[in-house]
Amino acid sequence: MPGRTAPAPVADHGAAAGTEEANGKRAVRAVPAWRRSLRPYLLIVPALLLTGGILYPFGLGLYYTVFDFAASKPQPDLVGLGNYRRILTQPAFWDSARVTVAYAVGAAAVETVLGVAVALLLHRSSLVGRVLEKILILPLMIAPVIAAIMWKLMLQPSVGVINHLLEPFGLGGVQWTDTPTGALLSSITVDMWVYTPFVAILALAGLRSLPASPFEAAAVDGAGWWFTFRRLTLPMLWPYVLVAVIFRFMDSLKVFDIIYALTEGGPGDSTMVLQIRAYLEAIRFQRYSFGISYMIVLWAVVYLVTMVLVRYLGRIQNRAAEVPR
Amino acid sequence: MDMHAHDRRRFLALGAATAASAAPLLTACGTGFGGGTKSDGSAADDVTGSFDWKRAEGRTVKALLNKHPYTDALIADLKAFTGKTGIKVEYDVFPEDNYFDKLTVDLSSGRASYDVFMLGAYMVWQYGPPGWLEDLGPWMRNSSATGPDWDQEDFFPNLLAADQWSLKAGAPLGRGGQYALPWGWETNVVAYNTEVFRKLGLKPAETFDELREVAGAITRRAPGAGFDGMYGVAVRGSRSWATIHPGFMTMYARNGLKDFTVEGGKVKPAMNSPEAIAFTRDWAEMVRKGGPPSWTSYTWYQCSSDLGAKKAGMLFDADTAAYFQAVKGASPASGKIAFHPGPQGPGGSLDTNMWIWSLGMNARSRDKSAAWLFLQWATGKEHLRKAAIEYSHIDPVRKSIGQDAAYKDKMRGFPGFIETFEAVVDRTRIQFTPQEQFFDATTSWAAALQEIYGGKNASSVLNGLAGDLASKVG
Repeated sequence: MPGRTAPAPVADHGAAAGTEEANGKRAVRAVPAWRRSLRPYLLIVPALLLTGGILYPFGLGLYYTVFDFAASKPQPDLVGLGNYRRILTQPAFWDSARVTVAYAVGAAAVETVLGVAVALLLHRSSLVGRVLEKILILPLMIAPVIAAIMWKLMLQPSVGVINHLLEPFGLGGVQWTDTPTGALLSSITVDMWVYTPFVAILALAGLRSLPASPFEAAAVDGAGWWFTFRRLTLPMLWPYVLVAVIFRFMDSLKVFDIIYALTEGGPGDSTMVLQIRAYLEAIRFQRYSFGISYMIVLWAVVYLVTMVLVRYLGRIQNRAAEVPR
Repeated sequence: MDMHAHDRRRFLALGAATAASAAPLLTACGTGFGGGTKSDGSAADDVTGSFDWKRAEGRTVKALLNKHPYTDALIADLKAFTGKTGIKVEYDVFPEDNYFDKLTVDLSSGRASYDVFMLGAYMVWQYGPPGWLEDLGPWMRNSSATGPDWDQEDFFPNLLAADQWSLKAGAPLGRGGQYALPWGWETNVVAYNTEVFRKLGLKPAETFDELREVAGAITRRAPGAGFDGMYGVAVRGSRSWATIHPGFMTMYARNGLKDFTVEGGKVKPAMNSPEAIAFTRDWAEMVRKGGPPSWTSYTWYQCSSDLGAKKAGMLFDADTAAYFQAVKGASPASGKIAFHPGPQGPGGSLDTNMWIWSLGMNARSRDKSAAWLFLQWATGKEHLRKAAIEYSHIDPVRKSIGQDAAYKDKMRGFPGFIETFEAVVDRTRIQFTPQEQFFDATTSWAAALQEIYGGKNASSVLNGLAGDLASKVG
């Protein structure tokens, strides 16, 4: 429109705002202060929405835990920390905590050792290594619950393929999931089958990013394989391994699908991890507040353990950075 | 001036204000605690005038169904319902493994996603007290809503009573609201492979001691008689409430044992009485010596499959689990499966526990009139007769169908089925004490059974279980 001055597209600097060009060709209109102060908040709106989406159910869950909300009690009473007190004084909780930790430590340890070993084998450039590298990720593409059902069939004592393969060695009649120890070890085995490739891939990526010069120097000095592995490979690879350990340990603490599909927490309570107990309490038995309290306790445990591991990772990374490259 | 600190304070203040203002909003959005749906009147009272199948013509009923042969018969006949009423039926079918989780979550959310759904009598104890189930009594009593052909007296009375409860823990069934209607059911009896029994010279067990002996004998002798890998008796063993209710609870009840006793209105665990401990120990021993390998993972599906695959000599479970294997061409054992009422108790008791597939109405349904017409049709004589004769709806909930000549002709092809059905039908009822913590109690009971099977002392395990349940149930 003739004679109308266009507003400045964006006034980034306070100095430019509120001024008018001397020749009168263009005028820069002042951006109101409220708009300027609002802009940073608008920029973080997507992040806030995302955070809100995460924190809202969490906060609501926390809110529920201070009541005794259940299907049988739709108008609940405020019980404060009563649910937590009840959980922590229940032998069932400590049994489940023990099983959860045993599972998580067992699974993370086995997967780490095997994953690193597989990565070391694949690191040697060969045709077999390249082919195996592609095949290795297949278990990761299978939903853990499907893997557990597959293994359940394979571990079936009378028609399962595992006992069939063991039969020639006189080990055919093993009741894999019928004993407490067998059930826990079987669950860890399924976890190992699914997630060892994850550790192996992380470790392999780490191996491929290591600098060549220290290894060349070691080779020139005539260092053996074991010495090189212990003094060079492992210390430099350790930050990568630790990342894998953190992920696997956190995930294993929260395991539900594999164990539920394989044993439903049995026999007895021998594989009754905290997640399954929380599920039974909240969904099957409909004691909502109590079930959520279990989940909050589990969250606190995972959070604390992760914090410790992440700090340790930071220290290890700093130490690794000191290794000459 | 520290502008950043200033902004941070403003940001936090803004956040706090938002959170404070959001609280009532969240409550308004329905994130608060769900209230009950109980009201003084029933929607059935709004139905007046003469009965008319076309009363709700043009409307839609949403049904949640479990994957089951009974459901297949219902779905196959839905056109008849739509033709009769002008009501369209939309349905979702879920496999049994997650059906009840889906139903529970849906009902507890307070939504009316489904007007009608399948449930068992035990679920009435869980869904009834929060007010999620419509009391069908007023609908049944209203002659404007219910047609004269529906004939309530034609139902086996123990089945109708099983879905009726006063919502008070320990109170007997058969009084109070009618929270579901029996639609299909299952008696828990013994089915056996006639071929292996003939070869080994065995007879169906008449007592629990005989059952244990026969089960052990099959496991020891059948593999040498041409039945590779065969074991004695298939019974459920997974860590689930469903392990307790079929064979175990039937034999438990035939021994005169109770899960709970009710004293002065208080429900007290009784599965640790000396007799119950002895029985449980014997049951676990039977499974060890004559039960399936990997028993702790056994559900009805594995039990049924093993009978059909000639891996189990007997099945002590729902009669339907054996029937579906006995149908011609359904399994390697078809044509060789016979039915027997199972071992009697010490006094000749044939008390039998049952599972009833019932149909219930969502208390929050927005079209209860149409939903009631659907329930009336699905539990009516016309559909159930067709389902029993043309499909696999084999345990009739109506007396007239049980006596129907065409039904009897069909079932005579399964040796012992009719005789077994008639022997136990009047003795079959829910043998559990109704109470809201049924699923917790029976799941823990199954876990205890697994521990005893694993070698733990039955007395200490069951005393521990009773102690734990006393605080939850009492």
